Amino acid sequence: MPLDAKIPIGPLAEKWDRHRFELKLVNPANKRKFEIIVVGTGLAGGSASASLAELGYSVKTFCIQDSPRRAHSIAAQGGINAAKNYTNEGDSIWRLFYDTVKGGDFRAREANVYRLAQISNNIIDQCVAQGVPFARDYGGLLANRSFGGAQVARTFYARGQTGQQLLLGAYSAMMRQVATGRVTMYPRREMLELVVINGQARGIVVRNLITGAIESHAADAVVLCTGGYSNVYFLSTNAMASNVSATYRAYQKGAYFANPCFTQIHPTCIPVHGANQSKLTLMSESLRNDGRVWVPKNAAEKRPAHQIPESERDYYLERKYPSFGNLAPRDVASRSAKEQCDSGRGVGETGLAVYLDFADAIKRDGRAVFEQKYSNLFQMYEKITGEDPYETPMMIYPAVHYTMGGLWVDYNLMSTIDGLFVLGEANFSDHGANRLGASALMQGLADGYFIVPYTIGGYLAGTTLPNVSIDHPAFKDYSAEAKNRVRKLLSIQGKRTVDDFHKQLGLVMWDYCGMARNNDGLKKAKEMIQELRDEFWQNVLVPGSENDFNQSLERVGRVADFLDFAELMVIDALDRQESCGGHFNEAYQTEDSEAKRDDENFCHASAWEFAGEGKTPILHKEPLVFENVELTQRSYK
Amino acid sequence: MTKAINLTLKVWRQKGPEDKGRLETYDAKDISTNMSFLEMLDVINEQLTLAGKEPIAFDHDCREGICGMCGAVVNGRPHGPEKGTTLCQLHMRHFSDRDTIFIEPWRSRAFKIIKDLVVDRGALDRLIQAGGYISANTGGAPDANAIPVPQASAELAFDAAACIGCGACVAACPNASAMLFVGAKVSHLVLLPQGEPEAAQRATAMVREMDSLGFGNCSNERECEAECPKEISITNIARLNREYFKSRFFSNVK
Ligand code: SF4
Ligand code: FES
Repeated sequence: MPLDAKIPIGPLAEKWDRHRFELKLVNPANKRKFEIIVVGTGLAGGSASASLAELGYSVKTFCIQDSPRRAHSIAAQGGINAAKNYTNEGDSIWRLFYDTVKGGDFRAREANVYRLAQISNNIIDQCVAQGVPFARDYGGLLANRSFGGAQVARTFYARGQTGQQLLLGAYSAMMRQVATGRVTMYPRREMLELVVINGQARGIVVRNLITGAIESHAADAVVLCTGGYSNVYFLSTNAMASNVSATYRAYQKGAYFANPCFTQIHPTCIPVHGANQSKLTLMSESLRNDGRVWVPKNAAEKRPAHQIPESERDYYLERKYPSFGNLAPRDVASRSAKEQCDSGRGVGETGLAVYLDFADAIKRDGRAVFEQKYSNLFQMYEKITGEDPYETPMMIYPAVHYTMGGLWVDYNLMSTIDGLFVLGEANFSDHGANRLGASALMQGLADGYFIVPYTIGGYLAGTTLPNVSIDHPAFKDYSAEAKNRVRKLLSIQGKRTVDDFHKQLGLVMWDYCGMARNNDGLKKAKEMIQELRDEFWQNVLVPGSENDFNQSLERVGRVADFLDFAELMVIDALDRQESCGGHFNEAYQTEDSEAKRDDENFCHASAWEFAGEGKTPILHKEPLVFENVELTQRSYK
Repeated sequence: MTKAINLTLKVWRQKGPEDKGRLETYDAKDISTNMSFLEMLDVINEQLTLAGKEPIAFDHDCREGICGMCGAVVNGRPHGPEKGTTLCQLHMRHFSDRDTIFIEPWRSRAFKIIKDLVVDRGALDRLIQAGGYISANTGGAPDANAIPVPQASAELAFDAAACIGCGACVAACPNASAMLFVGAKVSHLVLLPQGEPEAAQRATAMVREMDSLGFGNCSNERECEAECPKEISITNIARLNREYFKSRFFSNVK
């Protein structure tokens, strides 16, 4: 199947309007008759469920947590971008669009990114109307701050808990629809199968995580909002349950997976403390507004931070990138930190950390102002490390945080399976090879509130959908498949725990398919993953039983999928013989070790088609055409 | 600096809602004080698994104090001994070598035990569903700066909106009251001009739902405020009472 992104024709700024006009509409009286399944209740899933139900559709929403208010969007700290230009700095939709395309190292679709920038303003309006308590100035108007990769202050925030407040907004809008009966909520359910009938997504099979029962649900369309796959690395800033299973299952059923090797390493996380660490915690990038990153100039330095005089500190981001300084984009800042630590100048017990120092800003603004901005982040840091960042500089180190890759979708956010829509981090659409700060929240909400409600209507109105209920034989087959897999995993009864395998996989990925990659390492990783997977299916130990609340069983299914998916990431990384954004192949770098793109050969999205178990996936390329911006080398100097 | 400590754990084990449940004793050896409480439980669970036993079921997700999924009663206190801290953010440096730690689920008639430390907090979602929102359909919002909100109100609203829905307040309350949770939501929304039009309706509906779900009344014990990991202030309960009173006597809401 050739890839058709279905980008509307016409000038960039008019595409979305024109497209909305051209999309077929569902007769309001008929909307109720259409059933839509939404999987996941983060920003994308919550906002989509609410908006679709408001339009009158019958929505069934699923999440793995005990409540739809807990998805990992809740942990986003820093903020959400919008082109409001409230600060009068000359921001515009065009500038937000340009920054996002450039930040993504020219590996995203112009039309999608432009639409995102257009919608950004509506999102802020919507959230304020819902009661999101954004930060405000003394006059009562909304406050803004700046963020990595941008020279204007366009980020709206709610202290350091912006994701939480936006998610609670979407959640409450959705719960209002639960009360009307238009959304039916199914918490503690995990999607095990996507049901495709005659090429159309028509339902899902889930496991009830309390009883273990395998349940079938039919619908006219399925919307996946299941987030990213950072947990393939075991240690990441993602919540413990975040996983790739839903999107991977869709991939196995025919949805192409795009750019799986595009992962983002966040520069400001709390460093690893030891072997039993279960996850990493991010310190919002917004701290880089006021913090200065440094390491001692001398690798043999043993003194505590405050005893090291100014002249013996290297503020390396300010030195290397004078115009962006500490606000250099995430990938650039992360790699620089690794470089410093690799050269032996890292600090802390493990040597795998750099300082983020607020002394100057606290002196400048006073502690009170600082507390208002960052108190919760500072508290969080102190809780985890036992150190007070008002007194000693923070220690930070990069960690995996976000995945730009995801299921391939067209302009309508529909995957290569008809009727399967993919929103938020789960799709590949807007961030190219690197996501700018405060853009994830924007994208999740744009997709859910303002895009899919229209495009799904266009699909439903323009498609013949035969009647399908859960009595259709496909549901029986898929349920049986799901059950068999559960039983198989339980029956292995080997000698190593699920986490043990997961940690080993994570290390392989971090070492060979992490911040910097090279062809030898990637080839080696591929073999290691295959060996590990073989061992896993012989030797994993899952306690407990199938018809019960069984958290080991939940995890083992996710790890099994990560083991398959990891190989796809490596295959993609090996195929992309260039460096761009978060994908840094050491063979392709500029003289000052920046990512060097190859626009001639790799100015495309790589969409992988599943070819069957154990077979090499088939690559399809979607060429990226830049008509409105000029491809330049990203420079933040 | 990192240290290792040895502990005795007394953990509530209960196979399912109907099972009686009992405390089991486990040795937690060589626990690094840099670990979080849940990482310590991970270590025990790995050991149990390898010994052919079932690991301890406990809810958790973000492990950074924001999703509200975790929670257990540690030595008699919801989320453990540290003030303003969720269980996942509690670190082992707050315990000493040879301590005995009791770990039990939320106990409240509003929350049924599912397994071990896992409980059903669905009642909290039903409270939000009853009225914890502003009715603003997608698409109809005016410009975000059309209605200025005094900074002080926005800050107070935020303080209330910081609730993570963990249910510790209910677990801490001798009456199993959800007043702090409901007070926080009612306050968050009524402190903003956008939330005012529905204030009376909201307060009435949420309080009624609270009664019908079997939560108890508030008798000012203040345990909720003391145990809330987000330090939600009890003044939010006073505000809820005021709003409820206003809605009963000065509004058309029946
Ligand atoms: S008020 Fe506090 S204790 Fe109660 S649910 Fe909210 S955060 Fe938890
Ligand atoms: S696990 Fe999310 S608050 Fe504790």
